[in-house]
Amino acid sequence: MKKKYVSGVEFFIEKAIFASGAATILFVVLIFVFLLKEGLSLFSEVSLTSFLFSKNWYPISDPPQFGILPLIMGSILVTFGAIVISVPLGVAAAVYISEVAPKSIRTFLKSGIELLAAIPSIVLGFIGIIFLAPAIRNIFNLSSGLTALAGSIMLAFMALPTIVSIIEDAIVSVPRSYKEGSLALGATHWQTIYKVILPAASSGILAAIMLGIGRVIGETMAVLMITGNAAIMPTSILQPVRTLTATIAAEMGEAVAGSSHYYALFAIGIILFIISFVINLLADMFLHRGKK
Amino acid sequence: MRDTRRTERIAFALLFLATIVIVAPVGIILFIVLWHGLPGLSLEFIFSMPREGMRAGGIFPAIIGTLVLTIMTAVFSIPVGILAAIYLNEYAGKNWLTRMVEMAIINLAGIPSIVYGLFGLGLFVAFLNFGTSILAGSLTLAIMTLPVIITATREALNAVPQAFREVSFSLGASRWQTVRGVVLKNAIPGILTGAILGLSRAAGETAPILFTAAAFYLPQLPQSVFDQCMALPYHIYVLSTQVPNVSPKIQYGTVLVLVLMVFMLNIMAAFIRAKFRKRKTW
Amino acid sequence: MVKIKTSNLNVWFDWEIALKNITLDVSENEILGIIGPSNSGKTTLLRTLNRLNELYPGSRVEGKAELDGKDIFTEVDILSLRKRVGIVFALPLPLPLSIFDNIAYGPRLHGIKKNNSLSEIVEKSLKDAALWDEVKDRLQESAFKLSGGQQQRLCIARTLAVEPEVVLYDEPCSGLDPISTLKIEEAMKKLKSNYTQILVTNNVKQSARVSDRTAFFLMGELIEVGITAEIYTAPKDKRTDDYISGRFG
Repeated sequence: MKKKYVSGVEFFIEKAIFASGAATILFVVLIFVFLLKEGLSLFSEVSLTSFLFSKNWYPISDPPQFGILPLIMGSILVTFGAIVISVPLGVAAAVYISEVAPKSIRTFLKSGIELLAAIPSIVLGFIGIIFLAPAIRNIFNLSSGLTALAGSIMLAFMALPTIVSIIEDAIVSVPRSYKEGSLALGATHWQTIYKVILPAASSGILAAIMLGIGRVIGETMAVLMITGNAAIMPTSILQPVRTLTATIAAEMGEAVAGSSHYYALFAIGIILFIISFVINLLADMFLHRGKK
Repeated sequence: MRDTRRTERIAFALLFLATIVIVAPVGIILFIVLWHGLPGLSLEFIFSMPREGMRAGGIFPAIIGTLVLTIMTAVFSIPVGILAAIYLNEYAGKNWLTRMVEMAIINLAGIPSIVYGLFGLGLFVAFLNFGTSILAGSLTLAIMTLPVIITATREALNAVPQAFREVSFSLGASRWQTVRGVVLKNAIPGILTGAILGLSRAAGETAPILFTAAAFYLPQLPQSVFDQCMALPYHIYVLSTQVPNVSPKIQYGTVLVLVLMVFMLNIMAAFIRAKFRKRKTW
Repeated sequence: MVKIKTSNLNVWFDWEIALKNITLDVSENEILGIIGPSNSGKTTLLRTLNRLNELYPGSRVEGKAELDGKDIFTEVDILSLRKRVGIVFALPLPLPLSIFDNIAYGPRLHGIKKNNSLSEIVEKSLKDAALWDEVKDRLQESAFKLSGGQQQRLCIARTLAVEPEVVLYDEPCSGLDPISTLKIEEAMKKLKSNYTQILVTNNVKQSARVSDRTAFFLMGELIEVGITAEIYTAPKDKRTDDYISGRFG
């Protein structure tokens, strides 16, 4: 039987509901299409391999060179550093908040972490320039503190709220019976945590790491402000680096629309889009595995 | 036995320490921002135009710019976000289309903000010819905020007991009547909370508006949605990296204003959540 | 007059069969009791008759069910079917609204907007459900403030407010005390003159007290159906006898 609508309003609102659902797909497609539309033009001049693997990013020299390997390495280095710092801290904090902390302190700590999530990244970048970079310069006796390390520390903080809250969810959803079983066998609370609860929450922890990576690799402004912005192959974490995201932010303003530089920045956008797509699919997979 | 007890104590102490390492800087940062920012805050600072290449005067156009961008982002993203969530939770069957929409949302949530900026530049600024404008910037921010709003709305919809829907259907209500009469009514606080949090993120974002809306130095208020505008986050970037010799008073003052605006939105969200949680009766 | 008639009705959930070949008819103004152990398909039958099962993907129906001789799956609009065939659920499920708005929810859906017509409907429905005297001074209070028994009568009133022709009760007294149960049973008896009623119950004695005819369901099958007195005194099937006398279930 044909569907009857109770009223005209209902007819229109239902159409709008379907359209909005479909719009989400449309947006993803549009984003990809527009990145491709502008970015693919680059590859009539530059081969994909030299784009990805050449070590020279000199977009405004003559002739320009568009090798993003130093930028990729910059992103990887900063991200790796951020994950090394944030994952242990995040797991520890999530365990403390969900398993150990007394209730009054728990609320306080949770609001603290929510507050961190609420601070705009530009503000963290600003504070980083003023306090973190000089501190690093002094500690390591460098000429400038604007380094990969500064970026990693900054990004670790930005990723932590995401990481903590996902791991916390994973820990909370571990069945009580696991914990009680372990305690009943005479294990201490701590033994129960690292032998039973953490393994049971492992896919949530993996998802948290993936989403943390996604957050870090996509962060732009704070990194642009604090990593020193040198598009060279990094050899140490105490060197200035330039990430993929920061390159787009720093150079798009000067790139002439329709120039190969402009296309190259969109091509970097394609790379970032693909990376984030893969990372988020993985994270989603881990999350679903955890739920089952 | 005593050893395991001691191990436990040490382990818990370390966990506590790690948590403090995360939370303490938050307090310190906010303290610094308040301490250095409050002296710079005055009516003149808030309500006047910047002067002398932003080294003096106020930040009024940046405040207005951020307000306008945020409000327009809300106008674009909240209706679409809520409707899309309703589609997924209340209408969609378990089929490939639903799965596609879900994947799209997960994907949108993960796209780096600067890539949204590129997209906005490509589609709104260039292709649709809106130019660098409030319209282009807020549309870009709106698409970026969409997944946050959708996810929050879905959570709020899920929290409404299935039994309420059954009761409504059993009385002969259509799907939309059920959604409007029992589902939305009880999910609104959760939806509002999520939407406001999403907007507070949009208000603080810089990368998406970098090439779509933000003006470097524009000491006047925007006249239409096709104008560029200054915005607080971008202004902070400019003041701290692009303009030499800006007094800390102005820098911190600007930071403090942005932080206050963003926190006000967050507090509003927390307030709504708390108020309605108390009223919830089932 | 036959009000509801099913013939060879089968219902599946995914691959599990929940109702097997049910052929049954219910006459106008009759109270049909349905008894049987849990998972015997009683609730599924009710939820098939107003097509609530269709809210869940994976449910599938074969065979026929008719209301006034019209096939409910093909010849009756689903929304008007649900209006004509009301249901009272096992647990009291007031909506998070005031007492008044709970009852007015249904009539409003069907286009009644005027306040005095709504007031009339609310009063009549509450009287029919034997709740009016207890709540007439507090209609604007939240429905959750009522006791369990009152909430269930509120739900009956809410169902009556859309003026159904058939009322289905899905173990309506399962969580209630004996006095509340008695009040609901009395209300059902009073409603006989205007409604066709089907009462699913886990309580064997309840069906004996209220229903004109009783059907016994077991594992998705209709074992037998007949005049209540006969079913209870001289059941044809041994399984019915066993169940009624409390040997299983």
